[in-house]
Amino acid sequence: MSNSTLVDLCIVACSEAFRDNGEIVATGVGPVPRLAAGLAKLTHTPELMMTDGEAYLVEQPVPLGPRKYDDRKPAGHLPFSRFFDSAVWSGRRHAMVTPTQLDRFGQINLSYMGGTYQKPKTQMLGVRGFPGNTIYHPNSFFFPAHGPRVFVPEVDMISGVGYNPSKRTPGGNFSAVDLRVIVTNLCVMDFAGPENAIRVVSLHPGVTFDEVQAATGFELAQAGTMTETAMPSTEALEVIAALDPHNIRASVIKDNPPAVRAA
Amino acid sequence: MTARMLDKRMSAGDIVAQLSDGMTIGIGGWGPRRKPMALVREILRSDLKDLTVVAYGGADVGMLCAAGKVRKLVFAFVSLDAIPLEPWFRKARESGALEVLELDEGMFQWGLKAAAFGLPFLPTRVGLGTDLAELGGLKTVQSPYDDAETLIAMPALKLDAALIHVNRSDWRGNVQVFGPDIYYDEWFARAAAKSFVSCEELVDRMEDHYPDNAAANVFERCFVSGVVEMPCGAHPSSMPPHYGWDMKAFKAYADSARDPGDWDAVKDRFVGATEAEYLANIGGKEAVTGLPLPIF
Repeated sequence: MSNSTLVDLCIVACSEAFRDNGEIVATGVGPVPRLAAGLAKLTHTPELMMTDGEAYLVEQPVPLGPRKYDDRKPAGHLPFSRFFDSAVWSGRRHAMVTPTQLDRFGQINLSYMGGTYQKPKTQMLGVRGFPGNTIYHPNSFFFPAHGPRVFVPEVDMISGVGYNPSKRTPGGNFSAVDLRVIVTNLCVMDFAGPENAIRVVSLHPGVTFDEVQAATGFELAQAGTMTETAMPSTEALEVIAALDPHNIRASVIKDNPPAVRAA
Repeated sequence: MTARMLDKRMSAGDIVAQLSDGMTIGIGGWGPRRKPMALVREILRSDLKDLTVVAYGGADVGMLCAAGKVRKLVFAFVSLDAIPLEPWFRKARESGALEVLELDEGMFQWGLKAAAFGLPFLPTRVGLGTDLAELGGLKTVQSPYDDAETLIAMPALKLDAALIHVNRSDWRGNVQVFGPDIYYDEWFARAAAKSFVSCEELVDRMEDHYPDNAAANVFERCFVSGVVEMPCGAHPSSMPPHYGWDMKAFKAYADSARDPGDWDAVKDRFVGATEAEYLANIGGKEAVTGLPLPIF
């Protein structure tokens, strides 16, 4: 649809990360990844599992925003108290998240920036479950504002495993490290460049590779044929609107621009 | 003739009197959920200091850091969910005042399990390929089997005491824990030399009141050293099914961390001289039980 917003285009691009993933828990943290997981389940990959964001497994993705507490219909139970047993350490999960920094090796940071471990300049959340997520199951990323402060040469604190050869502890089993897709407000990237280098796969309408490179703190590879990111279908837009009745997604990308830039 | 009945009832003050400076204290719950806040407030009213706090952190960690009670923090995150960055924790970290051991959420519960089973460590892949091992001084072990895999040896997180807030208990420490998620409360209880439990409702003999809910007894009374009835004892964190979190209270607490951000000047609002005064200040039991359960 030519009148789509950029955020809807990003949601559709993110949902492709979950295509044909099978019976695994699709976790989308934040409005765009969560809508993307819901869209994937309601369209191309119904076998996906997901939670209501709290502790219950639902077969009907839970819409964003205010609703009645009991509007969800639990089909199963996956509390944090079982999460490592059943989803993370079993590898039966694909998470899409937005860390504070991501570097050329796909290493991520959400712990602290600047200063030292003893005295950080800016303390953030802490590593949460990212060290386990990244060594045990597939992960993808969404960034609403592609820029050099997000895409840095090397992260300040390695909170998630990437493809950095110098961090491969000898004898360690890194076979499940599986970074899949990065979707931003400018493009879609993957890790299929030389030695898992981050590679631009498709550019959103009107975006150039040079623009993406200029907004990235390290050198990017290019796919053999970079395409234009697909526009959302009418069906996808209807599903997204139903999952986001309060239009929370409109506040994700600055000024909520259209998918096709004004000429 | 009837046998003497076990009675572990204590006051919150009695519980805090069982703790001493320098102890390692585990705090149950998760972020802004199921936190034994009334017991944390009792610590804040005491002279206790130099604590090592082990927690999936929320305002419990933020307040204890703000009050200068924490020498070392063992954590995977400190967050109030809708207020992602806990401001008092941030201040403490950015001042360099805290010694820390930062862990992955899964490693953390693995460390509690190692402590519960009396093991020095449990092996895991988690932490490899990140900065956690180097920063935290975590060592590796090699599998003695043919695979010879190198793994992180997650050390036992042995607790001198654990503080946990539950839905119900009886005088003997038979607890019942409800709500959609009990997080790792049962492992805090088993990892600790002594666990102290506050509860929304205390009964004399569980079997005479709620025999049909025995499946909610997620950790056994041998792991409970003391119990105290403290309705609304998790406020401002959530305690399903009784009440949701108090985001207004969290917001006021978070806002108070801004300049000058002096804990001594604001602590009366968030701690109170007594728990009764605290409860009265927030509008009483009715105000707390009227808080809706959070929607995700």
